[in-house]
Amino acid sequence: MIAASPLHSLFPNIDDWGELGQACIDTLLMLAGSLSLTVLIGLPLGVLLYLTGKGQLRAMPALYGLTALLVNILRSIPFIILMIVLMPLTYVLVGTKLGIRGAIPPLVIGAAPFFARLVETALREVQAGVIEASQSMGASTWQIVWHVLLPEARAGIVAGITVTAIALVGYTAMGGAIGAGGLGDLAYRYGYLSYKSDYMVVTVVLLVLLVQALQMIGDRLVVRLARR
Amino acid sequence: MIRFIDVHKSYRVDGRDVPALQPFSLEIADGDVFGIIGHSGAGKSTLLRMINLLERPSGGRVEIDGTDMTALDESALRAQRRRIGMIFQHFNLLATQTVAENVAFPMRLAGVRDASAIRTRVDQLLARVGLSEHAGKYPSQLSGGQKQRVGIARALANQPSILLCDEATSALDPQTTASVLELLAEINRELKLTVVLITHEMDVVRRICDRVAVLDAGRIVEQGAVADVFLHPQHPTTRRFVGEALPEETVSAPLPGVRLGGRILRLSFRGESTWTPVLSRVMRETGVDFNLLAGRIDRIKDLPYGQLTLAMEGAGVDTALAALRAGGIEIEEITPGRSASIEDRA
Repeated sequence: MIAASPLHSLFPNIDDWGELGQACIDTLLMLAGSLSLTVLIGLPLGVLLYLTGKGQLRAMPALYGLTALLVNILRSIPFIILMIVLMPLTYVLVGTKLGIRGAIPPLVIGAAPFFARLVETALREVQAGVIEASQSMGASTWQIVWHVLLPEARAGIVAGITVTAIALVGYTAMGGAIGAGGLGDLAYRYGYLSYKSDYMVVTVVLLVLLVQALQMIGDRLVVRLARR
Repeated sequence: MIRFIDVHKSYRVDGRDVPALQPFSLEIADGDVFGIIGHSGAGKSTLLRMINLLERPSGGRVEIDGTDMTALDESALRAQRRRIGMIFQHFNLLATQTVAENVAFPMRLAGVRDASAIRTRVDQLLARVGLSEHAGKYPSQLSGGQKQRVGIARALANQPSILLCDEATSALDPQTTASVLELLAEINRELKLTVVLITHEMDVVRRICDRVAVLDAGRIVEQGAVADVFLHPQHPTTRRFVGEALPEETVSAPLPGVRLGGRILRLSFRGESTWTPVLSRVMRETGVDFNLLAGRIDRIKDLPYGQLTLAMEGAGVDTALAALRAGGIEIEEITPGRSASIEDRA
């Protein structure tokens, strides 16, 4: 520790910058892990919602109703409560309720339904005429999803991934309060419970930077993919 | 051969069946350019989509070369659809794919894996529609006419035997319309494929169709060879459509209060008789005087035709009419005040 460093004089209470660095890495790992699983689960779920919706290619009112109900239930539970409720399931899935691994199941279960709705909305933006044209060429439903819907909606889907990633940053910080680790954990334990407000300032600045970076990358990708 | 046999279609709206097409039968011969004309809501779009079963008939059969389309299972239907190309009013191209990728799309859907075969075919198709140098562009970079040409190239990719055109020129300006219609006629001629088009413009029918069916409120009210329907429209709806294509006749109809002497007659010339001076010879020989009220000389597809509305006076009118008929001219008598165009305007 360097007592005379300018960082130390600015943030006198932060005496272990290594811990802060580790918290950053933990947050990023939780984000990467949960985001990739969210996309992996939410994308097919969004396609299912789209296809089975009223008047769509594979309209199935019962299945749509059931899926939509499940999605709405999961979306209406505040994340911090969802996390607590899911603890037994989390333990079964990953063998722990704590840390990065323990955080990922509730993060994914909380974010996937949200992302699925964004995917459904993005798919609905695809012109009905383009789908009709593909049908007239003898495309199967699967081919329409793979070759028409997903490519044509890709800009909207990427925008949805950006929004979801930012929501996940918020969830990871909340998760920190009940043992997930990461920046939220530091802010809560040191910044809130121990009145070390400099911890709070630093974590907030880091979170803002992270969100800004995500939004910027997302926006650039959307522009490149839009082609209109 | 496309055959509709006792086909009808109704939609369920709020628990009630709303008829869209009354029961009808229709045959479209191979190699024809067949036009279906009607106002919006007449059912022409539904009729067209029943050929490739994008719309399923509520009853009756749709046969293509003897195959009952309505009896096919899903995969057999997809295979049949690959033999039927379709183009659309709003083009319906994939916005995220280049021109070449759009044209290659039906081949990829059909499971063609050979990339060089696809490339050769795409080059060929783009050359046919005159877009070779635009292969790498995206649809948003093209004009409406160019987009429709991409649509046509795409529709031809799997070498279909039928091409369906859904108001293909309705979103285009008159010059672009003319060039797209010319391209369609050329494709029909050279590839010998059957073209079925729907439109609300009689001019489209006149330029490229061999046969036409007129749809009015879900009913086929008239059908036949374009020249027959065009020169002798029977149903009021058909007359209105023909009137749109022949504006001069309405324009030069006599003003109210003007008394026309003699008998008013409409003379139709087609083919060879258009170019022979039958009228002047007969008038000279019979000593009949005539007054020209309206006239037009044009083409119906490749057939030259003329249509003149005359008022004839003199003792020899009947002899003159017989001589004109013998010269291959069709004659309809219109008594003053009962001309089709005047009646329809009232």
